[in-house]
Amino acid sequence: MEQLLLLIFLPLVGALITAFSGKSAKIVSTVISVASLGLAVFIACNFIPNASTQFEANLPWIADLGIRFHAGIDGISMLVVLLTNLLVPIIILSSYKHDYKNPSAFYALILFMQAGLLLVFTAMDAFLFYIGWEAALIPIYFICAFWGGKDRVRINMKFFVYTIAGSLFMLMGIIYLYLQNPAHNFDIQAFYALNLDGAQQGWIFWAFFIAFAIKMPIFPFHTWQPDTYTVAPTQGTMLLSGIMLKMGIYGVIRWLLPIVPTGVQDWSCLAMVLSIIGIVYASVIAFTQKDAKRLVAYSSIAHVGLIAAGIFASFNLGNLGVQGMQGAMVQMLSHGINVVGLFFVLDIIFSRLKTNKIEELGGIAKVAPQLAIAFLIIVLGTVALPGTNGFIGEFLLLMGVYNYSIWAAAIAGLTIIFGAVYMLRMYQNVMLGKTNELTLTFTDIQGTEKLVLYIICALIVILGVYPKPLLHLTEASVQHLLEQVNQKLTSVK
Amino acid sequence: MNIIITISITAFIVLYAGLFKANKALLPLTVVGLLTALGFTFASWNGNAVHFGMMQTDNFALAFSGVCIIGTLLIFLLTQNYFHAKSDNIAEYYTLILFALAGMIMMVSYKNMAMLFVGLEIMSVSLYILAGIRKKDFASNEASLKYFLMGAFSTGFLLFGITLIYGGTGSFDLDKIQAYLVDNSKAISPIFYPGVILMMIGLCFKVGAAPFHFWTPDVYEGSPTLITTFMSTVVKTAGFAAFLRLFAGAFAPLHDFYVIPLMVIVCLTLFIGNVTALFQKNFKRMLAYSSISHAGYLLFSLIVLTKNSESNVLVYAAAYTFASIIAFAVLILVKQKTGSDSFESFNGLGKKNPLVALSLTVAMLSLAGIPLTAGFIGKYLMFLNVMGEYHTILVGFAILNALVGFYYYFKVIVAVWFKDGADTELSTPSQYKVVLLVSVAITLILGIYPAIILNLI
Repeated sequence: MEQLLLLIFLPLVGALITAFSGKSAKIVSTVISVASLGLAVFIACNFIPNASTQFEANLPWIADLGIRFHAGIDGISMLVVLLTNLLVPIIILSSYKHDYKNPSAFYALILFMQAGLLLVFTAMDAFLFYIGWEAALIPIYFICAFWGGKDRVRINMKFFVYTIAGSLFMLMGIIYLYLQNPAHNFDIQAFYALNLDGAQQGWIFWAFFIAFAIKMPIFPFHTWQPDTYTVAPTQGTMLLSGIMLKMGIYGVIRWLLPIVPTGVQDWSCLAMVLSIIGIVYASVIAFTQKDAKRLVAYSSIAHVGLIAAGIFASFNLGNLGVQGMQGAMVQMLSHGINVVGLFFVLDIIFSRLKTNKIEELGGIAKVAPQLAIAFLIIVLGTVALPGTNGFIGEFLLLMGVYNYSIWAAAIAGLTIIFGAVYMLRMYQNVMLGKTNELTLTFTDIQGTEKLVLYIICALIVILGVYPKPLLHLTEASVQHLLEQVNQKLTSVK
Repeated sequence: MNIIITISITAFIVLYAGLFKANKALLPLTVVGLLTALGFTFASWNGNAVHFGMMQTDNFALAFSGVCIIGTLLIFLLTQNYFHAKSDNIAEYYTLILFALAGMIMMVSYKNMAMLFVGLEIMSVSLYILAGIRKKDFASNEASLKYFLMGAFSTGFLLFGITLIYGGTGSFDLDKIQAYLVDNSKAISPIFYPGVILMMIGLCFKVGAAPFHFWTPDVYEGSPTLITTFMSTVVKTAGFAAFLRLFAGAFAPLHDFYVIPLMVIVCLTLFIGNVTALFQKNFKRMLAYSSISHAGYLLFSLIVLTKNSESNVLVYAAAYTFASIIAFAVLILVKQKTGSDSFESFNGLGKKNPLVALSLTVAMLSLAGIPLTAGFIGKYLMFLNVMGEYHTILVGFAILNALVGFYYYFKVIVAVWFKDGADTELSTPSQYKVVLLVSVAITLILGIYPAIILNLI
């Protein structure tokens, strides 16, 4: 319990310290984020990989309203907690070459967001979950709107209103569940035990699904995403794409599936269709992008679409669904690592050449071989080459989709090939070919850039070759979840 | 009772101090008086005393008295450098505000409708004068006249309603009226119903709910900003307490009857308040319209009556009061420097004035209803209350309105942090700093741990 409280409150206290640390904010925030990574690793080492909820903290908070500070970690939470605490130090390190104005505020907001994210990923109380959900949104809004690029105010307002719209309807759903719960509290186990009829489940499904779909984003709720990713400062983009979108996926797994399985089942066909449309649509648009950052943004929609499709395809298949779900787990982690890597490479290029336009670049590999190798590994991880981390997840996910429908799997699989084409073409046009006047001046990576890229590349390869510990971590919890869903589905029938 | 006496005596003392030109002593005297009154509020806790059958200082009354007194206290602290620049006769300001406060204490603790009327009039007459206290200023005169005409008009409605209810029940006493409704639930006098509606209209005028809100924007804009602060925060809180005492107390047995017109009023108020606020270019006018929309959320508490309705209103009113005080305080500072109260004058405020800008941000987040601020808890309680009877469509409508609210509150945040401006450094007097810090602290504490006032009533 103490470990978990420390895990959540360390970044929060760290944010306060960083806010008053003036010029040394970079160092202070790095130390704090590395410490919280250490703590997360420590917790992971003491974590027993079974289906139980561990390190549980259950304290009274607002007793009159049935709200408790109830948090805990099971396999699924453990994975995303590790992802969060791994990526935050990487993201902070990746900012070392930047001189943001008001650094103390910048780094404090990152740490504050981390606390919100950890709250989301460990909350066992719906109200606490909602608080974390919003607490993660406010800092990222400020990060993107204050340090972002051109037209940041308008674009971030759109992003903000979109996400908050989703979350308000989710709040309505949470209140509804609370009122249905005879014990009048927000406890997740009590929500799981609720016996709602089909119509109620359908409404709750939509109340939650829209919030999660906007966050991920699933087509057609994605329109905020490319603009926001493009204008945000690189660290903001990394936080959004690396960690924040996992909030949506995690929400689906933790709250949507077990609470309203019948509602999900009734609408899963539509959710599948939307996810797959998203994959195709985003891939097609990614093809035509001239800006590398936008291309990666669209590719991210496609990848998330596959994760969502995998989840909606496998949630009611019982043991058969374990593969698809496990794929979603691994892919959450892999996508986080890969997309952060991609955005970092593009940031390195942008900080030197002040452009991310694909046609203006070329031949960087000649002048910067180390960057070229790292970039290649990340791109290969993204296109799911066997032996990289992307492969395991996408393979399992496709298997899950295949179990649902061979056609869906065919379409999704085809777009993965598309993905390989546009990613590799982007790599080719940016790194290979003739060096032009602009790219001639390019200097290879150094210092923290090297460190960050090496870490990312190492993770891509290690997780690709030996994903077993990861799969082992989540397996029991995933199995338990699917059993729970199945039980509830059959009891309703 | 001793609360009203303390406040009234303070008002007289301040008036005499003004007569002898002891301008330096005004604020300390007032603060001491108000703190004493606050002390009496705490001392009478759980006393539930009935005074001459006219007033009842139950915990509901005391809690709202407390919020009103603290709010007034903070507003008095904002008078530093404010009145002195404008007028010589500053003692009148102090006295009139104190008299208005005394009226409000009656409004939150009446047990007899005659007291409601007396309290309302003491408050309103003081406010008519305060709104027009800048004698040479055209807008201030207009505000005063409008407020007076509309106020007199609405008092007419209220009085007529009281008369009809008296005609139906033969009593002004709240308990007796309620007993009458319970005993004769099958045969309620037909003149009682129009009485309820007329009283509802009269009170809606006072709290500025649509479609009886037309006076608010002009009056709020024309009055001196400090008086606007007072009107839109403390006065509104008292008005809602009076509303609640009547409709959640005495008229509760008639809930099924008045809930339908009330729902119409709520929807109109939310919609008109939010949508009109969206198009304002002037910060002060935006706050005026936003105060209309908050009246809509506050009325949610009457749509479903539960044992928590009263404490919900208390939380919401406190959240709204303290956030608005911050917003108006910053407005006063900005206007003193730039002479304008448009959104543009807030541009780039964050660069040179971090404390002011941060406070304003917290206030806007709270008004918008972002978690970890008091405003969220308030909105949450209201939604929870209404969802209790599954008025899902109403909540959905309120959520859409809240989204509109996000947009215009964030416009302020955008101006403060993300727009380039003149980089002027505001001169922030020490008392303003105190007010800002106290209000921010209250907003955050209520947001993170609302349990401290949830159980009060």
